[in-house]
Amino acid sequence: MSVLTVDQVAVGYANAVIIDGLSVEIPAGKITTIIGPNGCGKSTLLKAVARILKTQSGTVFLDGRAIQQLSTKEVAKKMAILPQSAEAPPGLTIFELVSYGRFPHQRGFGTLKQEDLKHIHWAIEVTGLSELKDRPVEALSGGQRQRVWIAMALAQDTDILVLDEPTTYLDLAHQLDILLLLKKLNEEEGKTIVMVLHDLNHASRFSHYMIAMKDGEVVTEGKPEKVMTHTNLQAVFDINAFLAECPFSQHPICLSYQLNKETDCLSSFSGYSNAR
Amino acid sequence: MSASVKESVEMKKVYKGSRPIMATFIMIGGMIGLLFAIGLSISFGAADIELATVWSSVFHFQPELTSHQIIQEIRLPRVLGAALVGACFAVAGSIMQGMTRNPLADSGLLGLNAGAAFMLAICFAFFPGLPYMYIILFSFLGAAVGAGLVYGVGSVAKGGLTPMRLVLAGAAVSALLAALSEGIAIHFRIGQDLAFWYAGGVSGTKWEHLQIMTPWIVVAIAGAIVLSKSITLLSLGDEVAIGLGQRTGVIKFFGALIVLVLAGAAVSVVGAVGFVGLIVPHLTRFLVGNDYRWIVPCSAILGSLLVVLADFAARMVNPPYETPIGALIALLGVPFFLYLARKGGKEL
Repeated sequence: MSVLTVDQVAVGYANAVIIDGLSVEIPAGKITTIIGPNGCGKSTLLKAVARILKTQSGTVFLDGRAIQQLSTKEVAKKMAILPQSAEAPPGLTIFELVSYGRFPHQRGFGTLKQEDLKHIHWAIEVTGLSELKDRPVEALSGGQRQRVWIAMALAQDTDILVLDEPTTYLDLAHQLDILLLLKKLNEEEGKTIVMVLHDLNHASRFSHYMIAMKDGEVVTEGKPEKVMTHTNLQAVFDINAFLAECPFSQHPICLSYQLNKETDCLSSFSGYSNAR
Repeated sequence: MSASVKESVEMKKVYKGSRPIMATFIMIGGMIGLLFAIGLSISFGAADIELATVWSSVFHFQPELTSHQIIQEIRLPRVLGAALVGACFAVAGSIMQGMTRNPLADSGLLGLNAGAAFMLAICFAFFPGLPYMYIILFSFLGAAVGAGLVYGVGSVAKGGLTPMRLVLAGAAVSALLAALSEGIAIHFRIGQDLAFWYAGGVSGTKWEHLQIMTPWIVVAIAGAIVLSKSITLLSLGDEVAIGLGQRTGVIKFFGALIVLVLAGAAVSVVGAVGFVGLIVPHLTRFLVGNDYRWIVPCSAILGSLLVVLADFAARMVNPPYETPIGALIALLGVPFFLYLARKGGKEL
């Protein structure tokens, strides 16, 4: 089981430090979700973990070894990444795209061996794409396309799966579809899953562990019950949340919410309608 | 789920995967076609020579025969030059398109050709009589200068390097470099020497050019084939490639180096001929799919074929005058560019 640890990491872009000295541990074999408002640095943290962004200081440890010291192919055998806006070049079939997941296990010119084919077929099957495997990726719907990328990450045969907003742009049913797939992979294959989600209720319902961020810092982390509280949501999102219990997961969910300043807005609004 | 599956199946019935069989067919068929085109190109010209004579001049060279002399000294190097140049531009284009995920990438459109041609003008002006061995090095450098300027100009603007913006920057930089080259040509009175470089023609190719450029090109194309698998991965996007354990920085560095050598070598012989690197990789991708392990070698062969045929046509259109092959290829290239720019409107 691979373990991910973020130790005193500073990371950012050309001349803006987004995260400065953040430490967090990703529990092995669990689903961990990072939440937080836009621009809080959650995707940046994920990219640092995934070595897409180089850390300016501090270290990300994979199994106790600094990730920058490991060869990138070695990391790719332990951790697969699904970036936010992955887009396949036109004409590529599902089977082809998924087969690129075998790259870290291949040598030389990269002909597919029996072992590779086994993983590719399994990944395509577990994501429910068997019937479509010879279709071009661009002909698929958004939800199917996301499944193809997940299948590629699965073909990589890693312990850890890192996903940046895997449900963005999908409708309600397809969002759930993806999350249930991830849940299944966690439960049946024991995959460690780290992801960024925008939907708090999905995050709470499907996570074992949540990390709430604001302004590049971790505000609170822990089980959903610990993170999804009125006070925390106020601190992280500046909202006045009305919480309830999810009937499916028994985790807290946000039934509805107001902005902290909204009470004023509402009263002026009702004043307006009264005048009519 | 099943409804949307059916929908998407009906949306596109065409199977468009990578096609190794088609690729093999193109490589073998293309090679035969290329040999035939080369033979044809050698036999037709100001003095028509029979194919049998072409054959015997190559394999049983008799220096006392004029036809053998013409073939050996003028037509053979010329047609081989055309073949090499075509392969260079096409492979450079395919690598650029794959690495940058930019469907409009071409050494002509992105300023490499103009940069190399500019450096040649400088060579002629300041170092007259410089051996070709060194001229070709300047040409590589020029391609790098052109590419650097285009990327520099393109990335200054807000919003990053979109394909369209790069093409605009390429057009601006190319225009500037061409104007500067011309200024140098007029000031130093070297217009005569440079004329065929602007027009684009392989008529000046000599054996000594071939001897010097061939090793560079062979190494660069071999390198491109070695990199081809990695280039396919890069064509999925940087982040995906990193996630799959690709050392993207290293691949991009060597890829860029190969592109500069190929474009520079080609321009040093034929001048700033554009669009070969645009048309051929797209055509190849359409035929063999998205795997650069097939795209690179097939592009090389189809690119050779295109330029050999273009050179042949250039001599046939209006004999005994030669039409610049740059103009002939632009005749194909411009509509193709407009088509891509239009089609790509959404994705770009």
